[in-house]
Amino acid sequence: MAEFKEISPNATATEKLVNWFDNRFPSAGSFYKDHMSGYYAPKNFNFWYFFGSLALLVLVIQIVTGIFLTMHYKPDAAVAFASVEYIMRDVPWGWLVRYMHSTGASAFFIVVYLHMFKGLIYGSYRKPRELVWIFGCTIFLVLMAEAFMGYLLPWGQMSYWGAQVIVNLFSAIPFIGPDLALLIRGDYVVSDATLNRFFSFHVIAVPLVLLGLVVAHILALHDVGSNNPDGVEIKGPNAPMDENGKPVDGIPFHPYYTVHDIFGVAVFLMVFSAIIFFAPELGGYFLEYNNFIPADSLKTPAHIAPVWYFTPYYSMLRAITSEMMYALIACVLLAAGFAILKSRMSVIGKAVVVVATLAAIALMLSIDAKFWGVLVMGGAVIILFFMPWLDKSPVKSIRYRPGWHKGMYGLFVLNFIVLAYLGTQPPSPVGERISQIGTLFYFGFFLLMPWWSRLGDFKPMPDRITFAAH
Amino acid sequence: MSDTTVDASKRTWLIASGCAGAVGGVFTAVPFVSSFQPSEKAKAAGAPVEVDIASLKPGEKVTIEWRGKPVWILRRTPEQLASLKKVEGQLADPHSERKAFPTPDYAKNDYRSIKPEIWVGVGICSHLGCSPSDRLQPGPQPSLPDDWQGGFLCPCHGSTFDVAGRVFKNKPAPDNLEVPPYMYLSDNRLLIGEDKNTKA
Repeated sequence: MAEFKEISPNATATEKLVNWFDNRFPSAGSFYKDHMSGYYAPKNFNFWYFFGSLALLVLVIQIVTGIFLTMHYKPDAAVAFASVEYIMRDVPWGWLVRYMHSTGASAFFIVVYLHMFKGLIYGSYRKPRELVWIFGCTIFLVLMAEAFMGYLLPWGQMSYWGAQVIVNLFSAIPFIGPDLALLIRGDYVVSDATLNRFFSFHVIAVPLVLLGLVVAHILALHDVGSNNPDGVEIKGPNAPMDENGKPVDGIPFHPYYTVHDIFGVAVFLMVFSAIIFFAPELGGYFLEYNNFIPADSLKTPAHIAPVWYFTPYYSMLRAITSEMMYALIACVLLAAGFAILKSRMSVIGKAVVVVATLAAIALMLSIDAKFWGVLVMGGAVIILFFMPWLDKSPVKSIRYRPGWHKGMYGLFVLNFIVLAYLGTQPPSPVGERISQIGTLFYFGFFLLMPWWSRLGDFKPMPDRITFAAH
Repeated sequence: MSDTTVDASKRTWLIASGCAGAVGGVFTAVPFVSSFQPSEKAKAAGAPVEVDIASLKPGEKVTIEWRGKPVWILRRTPEQLASLKKVEGQLADPHSERKAFPTPDYAKNDYRSIKPEIWVGVGICSHLGCSPSDRLQPGPQPSLPDDWQGGFLCPCHGSTFDVAGRVFKNKPAPDNLEVPPYMYLSDNRLLIGEDKNTKA
């Protein structure tokens, strides 16, 4: 048992109360100290650093509104659609809670995409923050599952056919695929059984995993310390410390960044409320028009597309046609050619490369393009996990990388937006070509990063963060 | 570590009981994972469906529900039947030889049907399970080639099919539309979901 702290009998009632708790539940006090008042964060955080705390805020909004929606929603294929309309029309303020939840889903992805972009440009995934990044990528993956399963619940046409398409993605896996898809659906088509289990996953199973991952993400971050826009370590061995051993370039999270983040929250809530009250469907992007038609298992709507946050990956899925496979085979051959001619591998290593290449090409020719499309779609997310080992640039932050690196990241973002746009559009030959080029660029960006990220003239890194008091 | 020596026999038993516990854990997972499988109720559903096609005019299509899936019955016009030969060169699997959705023997012909003019097929794209839309009118139109002969277009990923449900080349869908088991009860009465082979 820890030592019992006595307090002066003259102390105020508040101090006595705090002491009483501190003697009985010291974990609370040390948690506050470790993660709030005693957690030193770099003092040069900018605009991009709002989005982490905003993601946490949206998570809370989703959980709270979700709890209230669950009180009225019925996960039954016969009445699910009507129960959502009941929430919208008959439950007092139900429309607001529902719009907060539906807008919150899109807001979650906006905030998370911006948060991830911050990590990309400032090299926040690099040593020693690899696990922070990996936990974050896992959160993103789990969040996608959460959003996808939640989207089935209103049981509209888009819910139904979206689920049909995504579940069928699993059936493209050779051998086990069809059985796996059957196991996910619990029926031969998307049906009541599917709706019921997705409800269970959406309201309890996945959120629990998500919360656990968020805790791991933050604990790992606080163990290694936050990165910053300069990519200079404020707690490193050479970083200047004050007489108390605190980093000179750091400030306590509370009160400095709590106040900073409350400002971000205020601005975010203004935009969030404006959308909820004035454009909850956001032109069919946040709530698709076809989803106001009840699910009909006999008729696919004339134009179906996933919600905007999935469309970049959806574009890449559509880009993989049997024609595209030849382009991919050419890429594999090129990569193998380079490995054999340029690398200093042993003869055995090169033989392995040749065999692996031939095996890969044989598989690419024998398995349907459909499977490879699914693989590309999944790979587009999974490849993010490898960022810490793909980026070989000598500096972390984009600030000290060559100018054309900024261009590369700009192109990457532009490409991502173009893919997202094409994913919302009906299929067309021109769109298909562009999305094929976009897919190649997306993967080229990551897979060639070990080479291009070390090229160019890097600017000298400062010893300390650049910061002007305001 | 303390300086006491490791009791090897205790350790062996610890490892053994740990492994036994893990095996028990795996067995406990079996009922939970199995509960994901289709229920007996879902398996029992899917009885064959009877359809009367007497009122179906040439060029018309009806959709009926069988096992939760849309089944199309299309009475093809002579022009549509003629188009089947014309598009053959552009098809991925014109003779339905692939095995993923085996075409019943009685439909393994130039028309993919028992009677040439009546085509019966499951209206679920073999790519990712969307239901293609009718584009039966020939001629140029959005999302389709200019020499379009009439058929179906999947709205999800743009796969195209001819009026026998055969998929065109270079499209995401690998297979032709499935032909369900079916048989004629009389000239104008069809039974979907059962044929002479399954009945026997």
